[in-house]
Amino acid sequence: MTSSEMNWDAIVIGGGHNGLVAAATLAKSGRKVLLLEAGNEVGGAARTEEFAPGFRVSAVAHLLNRLHPDVMKTLELERHGLKVERSDFVPSVALSKDGPLVLHGAYGEVLTGASPSEQSAWKELRAQLLRYAGILKPFLSRRPPDLGDLSLAEMTGLGQTALALKRLGKEDMRDFLRVLLMNVYDLLDEQLSDNRLKGLLAFDATLGSHLGPRSPTSLLGLYYRLAGEIGGLAGAQMQPKGGMGAVVAAIRAAAEKAGVSIRQASPVAKVIVEKGRAVGVVTQSGEMLRAKTVVSAINPATTILDLVGPREVDTGFVRKVKNIRMKGDAAKLHLALDRPPQFAGVDAAGHKGRLVIALSPDHVERAFNPSKYGEFSPEPVMEVTLPSLADPSLAPSGACVLSAVVQYAPYALKQGWTAGKPQFLKAIMAQLETYAPGISATVRHAELLTPADIEARYRMPGGHWHHGELQADQMLISRPVSGWSGYDTPLEGLFLAGAGSHPGGGISGAPGLNAARRIIAMRA
Amino acid sequence: MAQATRKKPVEAEVDPVVEARRAAQSHFRTLRLGTPFQPRIDALGLQQDWYSWAGYRAPHSLWDEELEYFAIRSQAALFDISPMTKYRIEGPDSEAYLDRVTLRDVTKLKPGRVHYTAWCDDEGFVLDDGTLFRLSPTRFRLCSQERHLPWLLDSAIDYQVSVEEETEAVAGLALQGPTSFAILRDAGFAGVERLKVFDLAEFAHDGATVTISRTGFTGDLGYELFVPADKALSLWDRLMAAGELRGIRAIGYTALNRARLEAGLIVANADFTTSEHAIRTDRLRMPDEIGLGFMIDLEKGHFNGRRAILEARAKKKLRHVLVGLEIEGNIPAEHAIVYYKKSQEVGLVSAAMWSPMAKRNIALASLRRPYGDTIVDDLWVEIYAMRELQYQKLMKRAKVVQRPFIKLDRRTANPPADF
Repeated sequence: MTSSEMNWDAIVIGGGHNGLVAAATLAKSGRKVLLLEAGNEVGGAARTEEFAPGFRVSAVAHLLNRLHPDVMKTLELERHGLKVERSDFVPSVALSKDGPLVLHGAYGEVLTGASPSEQSAWKELRAQLLRYAGILKPFLSRRPPDLGDLSLAEMTGLGQTALALKRLGKEDMRDFLRVLLMNVYDLLDEQLSDNRLKGLLAFDATLGSHLGPRSPTSLLGLYYRLAGEIGGLAGAQMQPKGGMGAVVAAIRAAAEKAGVSIRQASPVAKVIVEKGRAVGVVTQSGEMLRAKTVVSAINPATTILDLVGPREVDTGFVRKVKNIRMKGDAAKLHLALDRPPQFAGVDAAGHKGRLVIALSPDHVERAFNPSKYGEFSPEPVMEVTLPSLADPSLAPSGACVLSAVVQYAPYALKQGWTAGKPQFLKAIMAQLETYAPGISATVRHAELLTPADIEARYRMPGGHWHHGELQADQMLISRPVSGWSGYDTPLEGLFLAGAGSHPGGGISGAPGLNAARRIIAMRA
Repeated sequence: MAQATRKKPVEAEVDPVVEARRAAQSHFRTLRLGTPFQPRIDALGLQQDWYSWAGYRAPHSLWDEELEYFAIRSQAALFDISPMTKYRIEGPDSEAYLDRVTLRDVTKLKPGRVHYTAWCDDEGFVLDDGTLFRLSPTRFRLCSQERHLPWLLDSAIDYQVSVEEETEAVAGLALQGPTSFAILRDAGFAGVERLKVFDLAEFAHDGATVTISRTGFTGDLGYELFVPADKALSLWDRLMAAGELRGIRAIGYTALNRARLEAGLIVANADFTTSEHAIRTDRLRMPDEIGLGFMIDLEKGHFNGRRAILEARAKKKLRHVLVGLEIEGNIPAEHAIVYYKKSQEVGLVSAAMWSPMAKRNIALASLRRPYGDTIVDDLWVEIYAMRELQYQKLMKRAKVVQRPFIKLDRRTANPPADF
C-alpha cells in the first residue's frame, strides 16, 4: 500500500452528477477537493454513451426536468455551456389508438386532443397539483429538518411552510392534507374522465418506483416530479443537446474551474476509519489517500456495508442500511433505427417530445401487477424519446435514436434476466409496433438494460436510479435511513451526497449541493 | 332470535393436516416450561410458590425463604439457573465480534476466564448485562437475562462467527456458599481447587463434560456448573449426595435475590429497564447511569453505542446514577421514593432489605443527577410500612455508600477454604 503525501480537505467518492456538484461546491468554498470516479469517465447514469456504431444516447436519465436552480446558479452552469431556453421545452404525448393527447409547455400549460370539459378539468387539477407540489417543494430541496435539534434556520423554514399552508385557505389546506398520501388512481378518478390523460398521469406518478397507480401514496411520485423545475418552470422538461452527458460536461467544467482534481478509473476499495472517524480512502489499486472529509456520492448501502464495513458502525444502523429498499423496476431501451419512426397521429413537435404509452390507469396498474411476483409486464408502459431528431449529432445521417424507459421490469425476475430479457424485448417491440407501425423492421441494433444490467454497468445496487425506493417511508427524514437524513453519518467526517440521500434521484444535483452546504455549514 | 336462526354446527371432519398443525401448536397448553432439573425441584417445592423466569417455572421459594437465604451464607445452596438465556458464539472472528457487541475489551479475556459485561444499542442504552465465558480461543458462551438472538445475528454480519441459542440444550446450576468448594471436591471434581475467581474449567461427568466456573450472583464462595440437558439430573444427584453432610439445600429466587443485593449486584428489568423493554424514553439507561461505566473501553475498536456514549459524556447528557444506600432503621425501603431535603423527589429505590450479614438497612436506588453524584447529603427515603391496614409513613435518612455492601474473604480466598 502506498501513501500519498498529499492531504486533501475533501475526497468525493463517485463522479456521478451529484458527486460532481458536491465536489464543485466544496471547491468553490476554498477546499482542496479530490474526486474519485470508478468508471473510465464521470457522469454515472447521466452519461451520453455510444450503444451502436455512430449512435449515442443518454444512458439512463434521458430527460432534464429537475436540475435545481441553486445548482445552476452556484456552479454557474450557463457559463459552462448548459443552455436552458423556453424553446427547448418539449411536450408530453399520451399515445392512444383514438389519437394522441398532448400536454404542451410546462406539464400541460395547454392541453390538446381532449374535450373542452376535460380541458377545463385539467386546468383546475394542474393548478392544484402545482399548488400542492409548491408546498412540498422546500421540503424536497432543503436538508430535512433535524427533529431532535432544530436550528433557527430550520425553524424559520418550517414556519414558512406552515404559513404557505395557511395561505392556501382552509378548504384547500384540508384538501392538501387529505390527498397527500392518497393513491394517484383515485385522485384522477375524482377529477378527470379522459383515460389517456389519466394514464399519462398515472404513469408519471409511478415512474421509477415499485408502485402501481392504486398503491397507497402513489400520488407522492407526481408531487416529486412537479416539485422539480427547469428554466424556472415547474414540470417543464427538455432533452439536453448532446444528451445528458452535456449536462455532466457543464458540471464537470464548473468543478474543474473551481479546482477539483478528478481521477477517473480510480475505484475506492475502503474508507479508512480511525477511532470512529473517516480519515481517507484506499483505492482498489492500493493507494491510501487522506482527507479531513470524505463525501460518498455513491449508493448509501455500498458506502456503509462495503466501503466502511459493518464493523465500524452500530448494529442498529447496519440493520437500517440493509433494509433500504432498492430493487429497481424500470428498464431502459436503446434502439438504433435506420430512419425516424412515425408514431400514428403525432406531429413533428410531438416526435421531439416525450411519447408515453400508458393507455389508462388500469393499463399501468395491470403492467405493475406481475412485477409484484417477479414477472415483467406482458404489455409494458413506457416513455419514449427520439433525441436524434432535435440533435442529429447523436445518430448517423438519416438514422434515428430511440430511448425509452420501460416499466415494469423487476430487478429479481423470477425466471432470471438471461432468459427473460429477449422475451421482454419482444413484448416492448410489440407495443412500439402498435403505435409506430413498421418500426421493428428498421431496428439496426437494440440494447435493453434491465435493472440487473443497470446495476452492473452503473454501480447502482438493484439497478434503482433513485438509489433507494422513493416512497413515503424512504423520503425526507427517513432518507437514506431514519435518524441520518442530514447527509452526515454515524462516522464523523463521512457524508453521503448521492441520490440515496434526500431528496432523491433524477438529475437535480440537490443531494450533492445540500451535502456540500452541510459540510460547509458545520465547519463555519 | 339469533338462537333460532343459527345454523346447526357442521359436523367437524377430522382433517389430518389441521390436526397435525394443532399438535405442533400446542405450546400454549404448557404455560411455563420445566427445566431439566424440574423433577427434583418439583419434589422439593413444598411451597408451590412459582414464578415465570423467561418462560420457565422457577421457584420463589421451595421450603422456607429465610432458611434458604442462610443456606447461601452458612452452608451451600443449589439454585437452578437453566432459564438464563445462553448463546454459543463460535468462530475465528468470535473475539472481534464480541468486542464489537459488548462494552468490555474481549481481547483481555483469556480462554478459561469469565467476565461480567453489558451491551448497548446504537443510542448507547443498555440492552442487557450478562456474563461472558471464554471456553476456548474461538468459543464463547454469553449468558443474559433477556433474549437477543436477532440483535446478535444482525451484529454478526461481516464476521466469521456462528451464534446459536443454547438455553434449552444446556442446563445450569449455581452452587453457592461456604461449603460449595468442599462439596465439589467430595463429588470428585478433581482439580476444582485450582479455580480462582472468574476461572472456568471442564470436568468429566457421566460420560459428558461439565463446565465449572468460580462465579456466582451471591458475593460468596461459589460456582456455576453447565452441563448438557440430558446429564442434568445425574449432576444434581451427584452434588446432593456429596453435599448431604455439608448442608446442601435447594433454594428459590427470593433467597438469591437477597444475597445478590448484599453483594451490590444489579438485575436487568428490576434495577434498570433494558432498552428494548422501555416504553418511556426517560427509562432508558446508559452504562454510566447504572454503575457500569467501568466496562466501557474507549481504547479498543468500535463497539455498539460508542459514538452515543462519547457524546453523552462530552455533552454531560447523563441524567441518572445508580447508588447504594444505607438507610437508618431496620424497615426495608423497597420501592421507596428518595427525597432531597425531605421534599424534593430525586429518585426511587429498586431493591432494599435488612441485611443480616452487613447488619445494615441497605438499598439500591436510581437517582436523578446531580443527586447521588455530586450532591449526596441530606437524602431521605419515605417508607410506607403497612401496619394493620394503615400505612405508617417513615421519613428515614439515607446515606450513599459503596457497593458491595458486604465483602467476604472466602469468596476470593485461594485455595478456597474447606468448611
